[in-house]
Amino acid sequence: MSDVTTDNALSAGEPPVVETPFQRFRAEFFESRIATAALGVFGAIVLLAVLAPWITPQNPYDLAQVSVMDGRLPPGSEAFDGYTMWLGSDGSGRDLYSAILYGLRISLTVGLASGVIALLIGMAIGLVAAYAGGRIEAIIMRIVDLQLSFPASLVALMMVAALGKGVDKIILALVIAQWAYYARTVRATALVERGKEYVEAAQCLGISRFRIVFRHILPNCMAPLIVVGTVQTASAISLEATLSFLGVGLPQTEPSIGVLIANGFEYMLSGRYWISVFPGVALLLTVVSINLVGDHLRDVLNPRLKK
Amino acid sequence: MTVFIIRRLLQALLVVFMMSVIVFFGVNIVGDPVYMLVSPDADQADIEAAISRLGLDRPILEQYWLFLKGAAQGDLGDSFIFGEPALRLILHHMPATMELAFSALILAIVIGIPLGLYAGLYPESRMAKGIMAASIFGFSLPTFWVGLMLIMLFAVELRWVPATGRGDLGSFLSIQSSLFTLDGLSHIFLPALNLALLKISLAIRLTRAGVREAMGLDYVKYARAKGLPMRRIILVHVMKNIMIPVVTVMGLEFGSLIGFSVVTETIFAWPGMGKLLIDAILQLDRPVVVAYLMIIVLFFVLINLIVDILYSILDPRVRLQDQGA
Repeated sequence: MSDVTTDNALSAGEPPVVETPFQRFRAEFFESRIATAALGVFGAIVLLAVLAPWITPQNPYDLAQVSVMDGRLPPGSEAFDGYTMWLGSDGSGRDLYSAILYGLRISLTVGLASGVIALLIGMAIGLVAAYAGGRIEAIIMRIVDLQLSFPASLVALMMVAALGKGVDKIILALVIAQWAYYARTVRATALVERGKEYVEAAQCLGISRFRIVFRHILPNCMAPLIVVGTVQTASAISLEATLSFLGVGLPQTEPSIGVLIANGFEYMLSGRYWISVFPGVALLLTVVSINLVGDHLRDVLNPRLKK
Repeated sequence: MTVFIIRRLLQALLVVFMMSVIVFFGVNIVGDPVYMLVSPDADQADIEAAISRLGLDRPILEQYWLFLKGAAQGDLGDSFIFGEPALRLILHHMPATMELAFSALILAIVIGIPLGLYAGLYPESRMAKGIMAASIFGFSLPTFWVGLMLIMLFAVELRWVPATGRGDLGSFLSIQSSLFTLDGLSHIFLPALNLALLKISLAIRLTRAGVREAMGLDYVKYARAKGLPMRRIILVHVMKNIMIPVVTVMGLEFGSLIGFSVVTETIFAWPGMGKLLIDAILQLDRPVVVAYLMIIVLFFVLINLIVDILYSILDPRVRLQDQGA
């Protein structure tokens, strides 16, 4: 019987009556043209970065493929090997288009890795605080408050000053600078969830505390976590670029976007703008598109704004 | 109240102590500063002499103990590179940073509040939407990238102002500052604007929210009913009420301006503490790095302490909560 009705509904061209939460979320997300465009741009950036070895004319870090003869060529020049350098070349003759895509790989890896690790650590600590309560919660939240009273950029700078250069060290510094944001968010949401009836019901059924926290409370805290996660990941990418630009982040052997911009800085005053500007545009597109997506996610996932 | 202040003070001390441990041990593990100091053709004896002169041959715990003993007497060690006390070196660079942060704060207030006022009064206008979109960019653009663009536009292309350095210093009331000469002002304009951008966005948002809230309140309605001109209502009545929270928040942001100045100073070669820190990190000048970080931590802890105390005086709920815990 029910099959027949569904068929009738479909043949009449009406939308299906039952909508899963995910479908509704998807429909609401794509209502905003700006957010859809931003998601598209970010997707394209990730795709370009992943595919970099196959779609760039050269591997900019393979010395056999780079010629010093090509140094500091303006955009659109022809390289020694015959292909066109649409974005010009840098001081040591690397094709900037290739260098940017390879740089994005490093920047995105560092940003996403530190974002995910900080999320997991912050989430665990926040959940413990919310569910344990009492002294443990007071101590944890005092530490979180303390850390949030320092700007994240300053904490990251302190950490790299203490840790030194390198991919692993930058990721560690960013995680230390950002975990507290996740912990605060999770704890605030989990406190609200803990008071709800389904948790009480689960407790009456004798389900273990561990299971209640991770299988029942945590999934209901995901919405704000995802929002904070996108914004913090954008800020991690931007922070890494800043530190690398200052020369205290990634070394020259790990040329992220920030390192590329720093390398181009010395040519800027002599009018060779492209060496710094194009990597900068790539960084900008990445950070702004993630932020726009995050901003819209906040609206879509906020239950108070539900229509 | 006294108990509250004492507890906060003890907490602040604990934070400073913990940071000193993290910073000191962290910094002393990275790299080997001796090779930055001795000439490349130095023999083993020279190197060992340098090591023992810097006190690096002692066990790290003993080095830390000596550092703590010195710090308690206001001596944070001597710079490896300059041979001067690190504290004196930092204090010497502090006025340049303070002047930059101060100028940025003034710029943020002078630019941000009028724009926020406009956006709050006419939220549906095209201009207001433009202002709000610009403030989103102000939040999400990396400071260093905006700094590069400012240099390219105003210093390289238009050649209106110089790109780097501090310019001539003028003297007024025996304070040395580049704010008192034209050349100095032209040098400080770009870095101050760069540093101010984030705070301009913040001021716009705070003012806009404040204005939108205030316009619907009874005292505004009453003033309009009384027949006061809009100009007077906004400039005298509304502004007076929203300026207090806005200026308070902006004042609290002064600390983060000093923190962020590290980036701006490096781009514009501004000879402040931030540039000193980056140079010291790159040259493995450990005492200067440690001293700078300790001063910044102390600075932030003090600001937070003052804010906590002020809030507990202003808002009795804060005090109650703390006694209950």
